Formats: sequence, C-alpha cells, structure tokens
Amino acid sequence: MKFTLSWLKDYLDTDKSLEEICDRLTAIGLELEGLEDPAATFAPFKVAYVTDAKPHPDADKLQILSVKTADQDGLQVVCGAPNARKGMKGIFAPEGTYIPGLDVTLKKTKIRGVESNGMMVSEKEMCLSDEHAGIIEVDNSFEVGTPMADVFGLNDPIIEIGLTPNRADCAGIYGIARDLAAAGMGTLIKPDTKAIKGSLTSDFTLDVQDSEGCPHFIAREIRGVKNGPSPEWLQRRLKAIGLRPISALVDITNFFTHGFARPLHVFDADKLKGGIQVRAAKGTEKLEALDDKTYTLSQNAVGVYDDSGIIGMGGIIGGTSTGCGDDTVNVILECAYFKPERIARAGRDTGVISDARYRFERGVDPAFTAPAVEMATRMILEICGNEDSKVSQIIEAGSAPEWERTITYKPSLMSDLIGYDMKSEEQLSILQALGFQISGAMMKDGPYSIKPPSWRGDIFGPADLTEEIIRIEGLDKITPRSVFAADSVPPEAETLNLSRARKTRSALAVRGMHECVTWSFLSDKAAQTFGLTDDAQRAKLTLRNAISSEIDVMRPSILPNLIQAAIRNGAQGYGNVALFEVGPVFEGTNPDEQKVIASGLRAGSNHTRHWSDANAARGVDVYDAKADALAALEAAGAPTANAQISRDAPDYFHPGRSGAIRLGKNVLAYFGELHPAALQAMNAKTAMVGFEVFLDAIPPSRNKGTEKPYLTLEPLQPLSRDFAFLVDKDVAADDVVRAAKAADKKLITDANVFDVYVGKGVDESQKSLALSITIQPKGESLSDKDIEALMQKVIDIVEKKAGGVLRS
Amino acid sequence: MTDLNTLKKDIANQVAAANDLQELDAVRVAAIGKKGSVSALMKTLGKMDPEERKTQGPLLNALKNEVAALIDEAEDALKAKELEQRLAQETVDISLDTRPQAMGTIHPISQTMDELVSIFGAMGFSVAEGPDIEDDWHNFTALNFPPGHPAREMQDTFFLPDDERAQGEHAKKLLRTHTSSVQIRHMQENSAPIKTICFGRTYRSDWDMTHTPMFHQMECLYIDEIGKVTMAHLKGCLQDFVRAFFKIDDLPVRFRPSFFPFVEPGAEVDIGYYKQGEGIKLGKAPEGQEQKWMEILGSGMVHPNVLKNCDIDPEKYQGFAFGMGLERATMLKYGIPDLRTFFDSDVRWLAHYGFTPLDRPNSATGS
Repeated sequence: MKFTLSWLKDYLDTDKSLEEICDRLTAIGLELEGLEDPAATFAPFKVAYVTDAKPHPDADKLQILSVKTADQDGLQVVCGAPNARKGMKGIFAPEGTYIPGLDVTLKKTKIRGVESNGMMVSEKEMCLSDEHAGIIEVDNSFEVGTPMADVFGLNDPIIEIGLTPNRADCAGIYGIARDLAAAGMGTLIKPDTKAIKGSLTSDFTLDVQDSEGCPHFIAREIRGVKNGPSPEWLQRRLKAIGLRPISALVDITNFFTHGFARPLHVFDADKLKGGIQVRAAKGTEKLEALDDKTYTLSQNAVGVYDDSGIIGMGGIIGGTSTGCGDDTVNVILECAYFKPERIARAGRDTGVISDARYRFERGVDPAFTAPAVEMATRMILEICGNEDSKVSQIIEAGSAPEWERTITYKPSLMSDLIGYDMKSEEQLSILQALGFQISGAMMKDGPYSIKPPSWRGDIFGPADLTEEIIRIEGLDKITPRSVFAADSVPPEAETLNLSRARKTRSALAVRGMHECVTWSFLSDKAAQTFGLTDDAQRAKLTLRNAISSEIDVMRPSILPNLIQAAIRNGAQGYGNVALFEVGPVFEGTNPDEQKVIASGLRAGSNHTRHWSDANAARGVDVYDAKADALAALEAAGAPTANAQISRDAPDYFHPGRSGAIRLGKNVLAYFGELHPAALQAMNAKTAMVGFEVFLDAIPPSRNKGTEKPYLTLEPLQPLSRDFAFLVDKDVAADDVVRAAKAADKKLITDANVFDVYVGKGVDESQKSLALSITIQPKGESLSDKDIEALMQKVIDIVEKKAGGVLRS
Repeated sequence: MTDLNTLKKDIANQVAAANDLQELDAVRVAAIGKKGSVSALMKTLGKMDPEERKTQGPLLNALKNEVAALIDEAEDALKAKELEQRLAQETVDISLDTRPQAMGTIHPISQTMDELVSIFGAMGFSVAEGPDIEDDWHNFTALNFPPGHPAREMQDTFFLPDDERAQGEHAKKLLRTHTSSVQIRHMQENSAPIKTICFGRTYRSDWDMTHTPMFHQMECLYIDEIGKVTMAHLKGCLQDFVRAFFKIDDLPVRFRPSFFPFVEPGAEVDIGYYKQGEGIKLGKAPEGQEQKWMEILGSGMVHPNVLKNCDIDPEKYQGFAFGMGLERATMLKYGIPDLRTFFDSDVRWLAHYGFTPLDRPNSATGS
C-alpha cells in the first residue's frame, strides 16, 4: 500500500516529522516497507537562468550558453536543444550529477573543442516523460536556485507499507490516518459526507438478484458533466503511487479506492442499454475488460449486466462497453458492497488482479456505502460539474450486511494474556480513539460491552481487543519474562525417532559420508524406477500443481536424489563421493505412510591413491554399502548381532550384489550395488553402491532400564582354531559361520571368514572358505581331547547345515 | 709372574679396541673366560703358599673385578651406540601423509535442528512430530484460516489428489506450508499444559533466488492456564532463544504487531544488525551507526479459535506460539550466502559448511 505524505496530511492534522510517522507506522503494525523521497533524488537539479546564447563555432546545431545558477554566474554550457535561448529559465545539472535518463554521471568535458560544465536537462533525461524535443523550460517566476522538485511538485515523499490481510481498513489512506491519530500522531480530519439533494428524476433502473454476492448496491445518475484530464494535483498523486491518470471521472474513482479503501465504478449512462442487473454469473460470459483483456467469468462471479449482456465483473473489473471516456457527459455512479468470499473466489478463478478486488476480498466498510456516494458525487461535481449538471436521488438496492457485534471485555485480560499492567481507562481510551464504542460497566474493572467500528470486520473477541490496545501502546513496553523448565533438570527433549536419526547421522558422517538434504519429491520416472511401480499409487502421490515435472512425485526412495547429486558432483570433477540423507519417504498420503529412511550412496573410489597401500584407491563395492547400513543400524540401536542377511533386495539393486538385513520378517535395511538399468534410468554413467535403512522398522529396545547385562571376565585365555571348508559356490558364507558358531554356543564366542578361495585345486562348482574360530573356556580349562571333540562338532555341523567338507 | 699392571693395561687396550659386542665378547673370553688370561692367573692361587696367596689373592681378585667392570662398561657403551645406529637407520619421512581416514559432515540444517533441541530443551520444551503430507483441515482450517480467506493465498500450496477415503477438508491433501500443523496434531493428542517444539520440512510453490519449493521451519508452542503464559513470556522466551542461538548476549530484539490467523495478538520479531564494510553484522550497532532490523520470525498468543479446534478450553488455557524459517537463521548464523546451495549436495559445500559428527550441540556447549 503506497501513499504520499501530503495525501496522508489531507486526513491527518499533524506536526510530526516524516521520520516519526514512519517509525510509528511500523510500531503499530503497518510496517514501513519503503520510503522514497523524490526531493532527495532530484536535489542537485535546480532552476538556472540562461544569460546568453551564442552559436558554436564548429557545429551548426550546438549553442554555447552562459548560465547563471545560485552559486555561479557565467557558467559555460554547450547545448544542442533547439529551444535553448537567451533569457529562458530551465533546469541545470552541475558536473558530478547523475542523470537518471542517460545513466551517466556528468564530467567536465569539451564538445567540439568547447568546454562545457554541466548540462541543461530535458524531461526525458530526468525520466519525467518521453519529451526530448528540447530542454525543460520553467516559468520565469521561479527564482534561480529553486529545487526542481518544487517546480514539478515532486517534493512529496512516497511511503509504502506492508498491509497484513486483516487490515482492510488501511487499504485506504484515511484508515492509516485514523490509526496514526489514535497512536498520538495527530488529529484525524473527517471528510464531509453530507447528503447532496438530488434534483434529477432518473428513470435508471436497478435490479439486484444476487443479493448474496451483492447485498447492497447504491447508484446515482449525474448528468451534464465534462470529462477530460483530471486536475494537476490529482494526477500527481495518482502518478506518485504508481497509477496512470486516465480521465477525471476514472481518476476520482481511483482516488476513493486508494484514499478511502472504497472502490467505485462509473458507467457512461448513454452507453448503457437499459438499466443495470446484478446476477450470479453463469460462468460462460465473456467480458471485454477495462484492462484491454477479455475474461470468462466464473460461476463465483457477481455479474453486472445491462440489456446488451455482461458489462462488468462486480467488485473486480468493469467492462469497456459502458466505460467512461472523454466524451462522457452523463454518468451512473456505482457504489456497492460485494461479499468478500465471492470476490476472492471469482478473483482467483479468473486471475484478475485489481485494486478493487484487493479491497473487496478483504472486506470494505459496510457502513460507508452511502457516505462514499455523497463524497464522490461532491467530488465529481467539483471537478467535472458546471451549473447545468444535475444529480439524481439515491437509487438503492438491498442494505448494508449486518456488521454490528458486541464483545464483552475485562481489562484484566491485559495482564492475564499480555502480561502488561495497564489501567482500564487507558485501555478504553485507545479503543475509543480507534472508533470502538464502549458501554459503561457497573464496576471499574468491567466487564465492558465493546462494539467494534464498521470498518473493523476483523475484530471478534477479547483477544483482538488486547491486540488493538497493545499495538497502539507499543509492544516494546512489555517487559520480557524468561521461560524456565519446571525442574532444574529438564525432561528429555528428543523423541526416539529424533535420537535415532541424530545418532545415525553421526555414525555415517564418521564413516566419511557427507549429509545432504534433497527434495522430498522427484520425477515420475525416478519414482517408478525406485519402488513406486503401481500407477494408481503413484498418481496419489503426484503433486497437482508441481513447479516442474522433475520434482512432482513424493519420493518412495532417497537414492535417486543421491544418484543425481553424485552425477552433479562428478560433472564438477568430484567423482568420488559418499553421500547420505536421513529424511522422509512416502508410501501413501496418510501420516502413517510416511517413513524415515537413512539412505546413502557411494561412487568412484573410497580414497585417493596412497603410498602406504596399493589398494587404498579401490573402487566402492557392495561391502562398503553393507558396512554403512550396519553402522547406521547399530547407531540407531538395532540388534545387528541377531540380524540375518538375505538376498531379496528390491529390483533397483544388482541382483547378485545386494541384500536385505532383517530380523525375521522385519526388513531393517537394503544394501548393494545399484542395478545398471536403474542407474541408466537416472543417466548415471558409473557404478554406484547404496543402502536404505528403515529407522521406523527398528524394534524399540527390550531392555527397559539403563542396566547392561552382567559381564563375567573369564580368567582362562581364549584359543583359536582355523578350518578350511569346501562348499558349493552359492552357499552363503554367513550360513557356514552361523553353523560353526552353533556347534557350541557357550564355548565358541566368535567365528570369522579370513579367506575365500576359488581356482586351482578347487572344483569349479565350489569355493574354499577359511574360518577362524575363537574358543573361550568357561570355568575350567579344556583338555586336548575336549578341543578335538569340539572341532569335530564344528566339522559335523558345517557339513550338515551347509554341506561343507573339511579341506584336506 | 706377569706384571698385573701390564696385563690390566693390555686388556684395557683390547676392550677399547673392540668395535662391537662380538669383539668385546672375544675380549671377555680371552680375559675372564674359563681359559682366559686372568682366569689362568687365578688358577695359580691354589699353588701358592699361604703367605704369597695372602698378598696375591686380593690383587688378583681386584684385577678380575676391574676387568669385568671395564668390559661391562664397554658393553653398555657399545649397546647404546648400536641402538643409536639402529634408530638412525629406522628414521622415516614423517612429512608423508597419514593413512586416509575419511571424515564426513553433518548438514548445517541438521546442526541447527540439534541446536534448537539443545536450547529449547534447557527451557523445558520437548519435541513433537507430524507428517509432511497434511490435509486442508490441519494445515489451514484448524489454524483459523477460514475457507476462501485471502490469507490462504499468501502461501502457495502444493496440492495432492484428494483422498477418497476421507471426508471434507480431511480429504484435501497437500504438503504442509508450515510446521504449525504439527501444533494442531499435538494439541489434539495431548492435554494442556503443553510445552513443545517441532521442526521439519515445509513446502511452498515458489522457486527463485530467495525461495525454494522445500525449506525447513521450526515451531514453538507453550500452553498453560490463563495468566501463566503471557505475551511477556513470549518476548522473554524469544529474546533468550535468539541470543543463545546467535551467541550474541546483547542482540537487540524488536517486536512488531503483525497478523497471522492462528494468533491474537500477533507479532513479527526483528533482530538488530548493522552494516560492516560490504556486509552486515548481527548485533547492537556501535555508536554513530544506524541500527537496522531484519525480520526473523512470526509469533503471537494462540488464537482462542485454534484452541477450541483442538478441544482445549480457551476459557481455561492460553499460550504462545512462534515459527521460524531454519535456512535463513542458519545462513545468518554461519554466514552462508545462498539459500539454494543448501539443497545442491555439492561435496565442496558440504565439506565446507557442514559440521563434524563429533561436535554435536548439547546443553553444555549451548548450541
């Protein structure tokens, strides 16, 4: 919302400075967003007198002027303007001045060998107009040295405030003045709303059928006016706030829109076919609107018609067929109240952005319809009227919608809700200054009956009243009070989810991975490739109004985003990446269908080459992804020791180099090399490995307390024995390890594979697994016989469970 | 009788001439070994008459001890020399790089969220959670945005297809435009008093220099009996929070009346900064410098309609709420210049602006 200081001062009698007013605007909730002082912009440009003009010796079209400014006389200026002549006054820019229309800063220069100091400027050079036929000429009555801003009336600061949607009343400058007056910034100057007696008997007819959308419509016929350009002062104001002056009649309606938040409309009475009808639009009408565009009305629109059809979209925009032009002499003035919800919907449907829509959808003052008609009539008569002009009586349909409300208010609410002690009478006097009506209470501390004014459709309850009081009083007056935990040791702040996610992040970062945050959405193709194969389910998770088709489906997996990130990094020359993200994926749109996943991706090699290890720069492989997944699970508190590894990872993983980590049926994670086809779908050119850990799937710890199981430190040393088993190639090493461990769950504390061999000496269908088994004697030492028996047990069980044969 | 002194001198010379332990051992054997020169003399003692033995005995013993000591001393010296030589040979180039041990980073947004838990945790708040895919009721209606109200248009909402299993406003699925929807769910599921924060992903259909379609917000909600949690507490809580978060003890904080449908009264909160060179610096402007303000969050006293919508009696309870964009706060705190880079996953950026996993915020470090 833009306005000028002088326009504000039409409604606010004040001796406060611009700075005080601006500070106060922000303090009362009308946030200052911009302050433009044209006087400052144009400060270097001043009136100067041309004391002499001689032709340039070397250029036909140039003259050498002698210019008198406030500071200097006889300044030599070379000028090419045909209207430059001795004895004229113009606007002079000294050297060092920035010329906005030329985008240059003036320097002392020589033009065709003649020195020139500064320049006489044209309107175009000052960005005032496109006029460039000659330099600006000012009336001789202006003193030399008069600032240009004064000459052109540009000395009016332009103030812009950010308007919150509740403050429809401040969409008019008068409303802003009212707020400022209540805040001690001056006295509100009330407008003259006296009724004008109509002498004209009008045969104009008004038929409002859509009384829901348009509960109140007032019209008045004014005959015998003269339209044309509006007065200079009005044009200047409208231009200052960014509007284009059109004609006096139209400019007057704009003046009310911005001055009083009261949009009006003027019809050329001679262009109207019959009377005006207001009906709910059918939704098929095509309106040629005043912004030179054609709109199809929506069914939410309030249609304004004459006998020829649609002539306006009520509360939003008028039509060209009945608009006022320079030749208009007879006018129908419209001042109607439209229902905010209807205007908001119709506006949204058609996408029209207009000053009228802005105000009607926020809600104009329902009690201001009739006074506005009188004020506008008076202004039309003043500007466009003459002795022959005639005014009809008011032609009215419907009435103002019910707006009066009473709020019961106890002044003690200020200390209860705001935490600020304030006397009742001080509170009430602020409300009164804002136009609230107060009915006395029996007791000083209330309750009071308070009626909000008609222009404050946003005030409903006592809390609203405290806001009105405290914003005028000043939020800075409230003394801050700290918030403390009820106990000196506050309760645990983290949820289980949060704590799991935090520990997982740390574990993965410690493993050299960088945490990313990527979009929660991805492309349809990525969604389809990475798990969301069901078309109907994918449709449910597809945004209806996505910004781009690259990000329009809620992600079923984080991997595609990480793959893309790896590709982007590779394109920058950083092909060795280890990335992870902990975030949501979506199985459906219900809250319980959102899951938290920790997902990671590695590409390229794990490290750079290193002098210490010829294998340091090895490429990433499935075991990196498996280790990442296990580290994440471990950090999140999953019982990884009991977890099983199975081969059933989803099909975006390499079928032979991927797996699932599970507890029985419950899948905790997938890991593996990504399937070449999936990578190709993402346009990835290199192999990548990744994992997905389902944090929600991890069962909560069964251990309720903080205690750990009791530890017995065995006094006897452990011993280890090595075995080599021949097994079928497709036997999982894990099955052999598990079998070996099962030989004696008490004594065998560990078993691990330290070599896998295929090749010479081993049948092609087999592989050799070397196992090291740790035996921890418990309580008593083991004899050679005991150990031999135990080893035989291992050999037997591995043979039985995994078909392993001890390699001789 | 060999002159004992000459013998001693001879042996001493041999000891001194020994270059290594092996040579020294040969000297030892030749002197005090079984068949050594000193040992041979010792054997003559038995054949001496008692008088002679009386004088020669102590002399020979002394010689033997002296020779043994001489050899031991030489052995120590040779051992020390050999160790020195070995160590000299074992010298490596310590300027070579160590074996690689990659260390990753935590994203700045996660760091900020952990900081929030730490700061608000100390004030007695605990974390609440809610879904990213919301419905119209939780995201708007319950928060006192009436249908068709222009405030709904302030936010460009991403919509999903309606859920045919649900009814009315619950069927209209969308991506939450703010974390305020978590407040609603939390109030519905818990009874007052409530003292909670939440944070997470939020979505608006906007993408330019300063907007991304996905971003993060935090929300704070404190509900208690009438009079217990006032706007003065809101001011105190916020002031304490921003000062702790930005680690500036006298950070100026300004409250401006504003409007959000779910609070009444509502206020926007600005923090102070000033110009320093080409850039800006948060904090109180030094003498003679203009104090400037930037908006950092929105706040207010929870609207009675919101409480009612969540079955909390506004006649008995009241409270405050505020919400803040996390990217902007993180950018300001850590001097990150561009919002869009948060979501680029550029490893150079992550390594530079990310945080070590071993330095997690906690209530002891503040944040």
